[in-house]
Amino acid sequence: MSVRGARRLMALARGSRALRTGRPRATWRDRTAPLVLFAVIIGVWYFVSLVVLDRDRRFLLPSPDSVVRVAFLDGHNLSQLLRALWLSTSVALIGLGVSIVLGMAVAIAMSQARWIEKSVYPYAVILQTIPTLAMVPLIGFWFGYGFLSRVIVCVLIALFPVISSTLFGLQSVNQDMLDLFRLHRIPRWRRLVSLQLPAAMPATFAGFQVCAGLSVVGAVVGDFFFKQGKPGIGVLIDLYRARLLSQQLFGAVILASLLGVVVFTFFGWLSRLVTGRWYGAETP
Amino acid sequence: MRHRIATYSDESSEAGSPRAGGDASGPADGPAPELVAPELVAPELVTFTGVEKRFPDGTQALAPIDLNVRDGEFVSIVGASGCGKSTLLRLASGLTEATAGTVSALTGRISYVFQDPTLLPWRSVRRNVETLAELTGVPRAEYRPRAAEVIELVGLGGFERHRPRSLSGGMRMRVSLARSLVLSPDLFLLDEPFGALDEISRERLGGELLRLFELRRFGAAMFVTHSVAEAVFLSTRVLVMSPRPGRVVAEFTVPFGFPRPAEMRFREDFTRLTAAVSRRLRDGEAG
Ligand SMILES: Nc1ncnc2c1ncn2[C@@H]1O[C@H](COP(=O)(O)OP(=O)(O)O)[C@@H](O)[C@H]1O
Ligand SMILES: [Mg+2]
Repeated sequence: MSVRGARRLMALARGSRALRTGRPRATWRDRTAPLVLFAVIIGVWYFVSLVVLDRDRRFLLPSPDSVVRVAFLDGHNLSQLLRALWLSTSVALIGLGVSIVLGMAVAIAMSQARWIEKSVYPYAVILQTIPTLAMVPLIGFWFGYGFLSRVIVCVLIALFPVISSTLFGLQSVNQDMLDLFRLHRIPRWRRLVSLQLPAAMPATFAGFQVCAGLSVVGAVVGDFFFKQGKPGIGVLIDLYRARLLSQQLFGAVILASLLGVVVFTFFGWLSRLVTGRWYGAETP
Repeated sequence: MRHRIATYSDESSEAGSPRAGGDASGPADGPAPELVAPELVAPELVTFTGVEKRFPDGTQALAPIDLNVRDGEFVSIVGASGCGKSTLLRLASGLTEATAGTVSALTGRISYVFQDPTLLPWRSVRRNVETLAELTGVPRAEYRPRAAEVIELVGLGGFERHRPRSLSGGMRMRVSLARSLVLSPDLFLLDEPFGALDEISRERLGGELLRLFELRRFGAAMFVTHSVAEAVFLSTRVLVMSPRPGRVVAEFTVPFGFPRPAEMRFREDFTRLTAAVSRRLRDGEAG
């Protein structure tokens, strides 16, 4: 038996998740390649910062160690960044929650009747295509320039993927299965709960994942327009830019990106947790 | 537990007794009997009277068809792709309306099985088998034991906790059959249920379906297949359809009794009848 065959058998005996999801086990290369790429990026960063740029233009790309030193190891700067990060995180999470609930409700309504879909869909598209900038003055008029308006911008940016992917999922149910439900006169709400929503789960979660990433973008973007109240990461970024505090600017950008990566990864994990259970034996 | 729609002659309600369609009352020596109207006492489950089906795009899927299926019959339908076999079943089930003529189904207990087992991947075998009974409002105390019994009956015992992904095609089809049988259908509609299976699984599942029929787990069947041998082996009656427009060009009564052993496939009268059906099928396609 080949080595690979033996590995698969061992994995089978352990009930390894890699096998259950039908994906081959991570190889040595799978694990090291990301680290190598990361090292290359840091290397290029150092090269540009220390070799390509003159000392007086180094503020354009401060070296990684100076960013860490100034932005993250300086107590005052770090606490300023973390407080702003906390605020932006709360905007992003509330925006995400609202987008998920609202998006799913809209998608479910659209899936129930063609006339609802036909009448609502154009607005969902407009929501996606209208430049946020165009809405900013109105949102400011109506809801002020503080926390609420930031959340609203966040929802405007993050809502559409939830609607479109949930709707896609709900409508992707096997036609034979729908016929079977129709034949047995199974009520609409039971069809929704027991067939359409679970079947839509993979698509819905993919939508949540995109939405989560966008909600972080929305939280930062909202900061640029609505600056009342405590500053979020976006406010700090604008401030650091204006004062040419480039190490802190880079620190803020890194934290905002990390926040995006964390929520994005979390939803990917949640999705696998839910739909991964469709494979293999039922867990007791 | 089962509610027959009408009283039924005592002898045929016994498991394994000779079925409608006649016992093996001497296979004919010459060409197999054709277009014989079976003399049946059982009640009709579904009746087609001058039924036509034309789709909105103008496709004439079925020319006027008269047909009835009685309790205790196993009617197979063979014919080339596109000759309206699925349409016939959809009309019988009420999923599609006829554009002319009438389809009257005298029972509401109709089950449908498709070529694709259409299981819910997030449910275990047991929960899949229970799905239809559960969602149609059968009390849990009733469907639980019934599902457990049917799971054993279709040979899925021990796999109750498995998810569809971990089953073979044949096993998935068993789950699909079991899911319908929990409802004890009077009329069982099967649209090429074994079409995606390999030859061996196919024969084995055919045998199991026949056994379920003998056990009266369903009242009557309309069974679409591409395999003439399968049709003859399972049926009391075989309809041959022909396309453009879809119509029944021949009808064969299968004179073999029940139970039917697998070796029946090698008997001379069986192969002769199979040949006759195949010949008619080929003529229909040519004409
Ligand atoms: N929904 C539909 N709209 C238009 N034409 C259809 C539709 N369903 C089936 N047909 C046509 O009707 C004919 C019979 O189809 P079908 O009953 O599926 O045949 P079979 O099951 O024997 O292969 C075919 O020509 C097919 O293209
Ligand atoms: Mg078909």
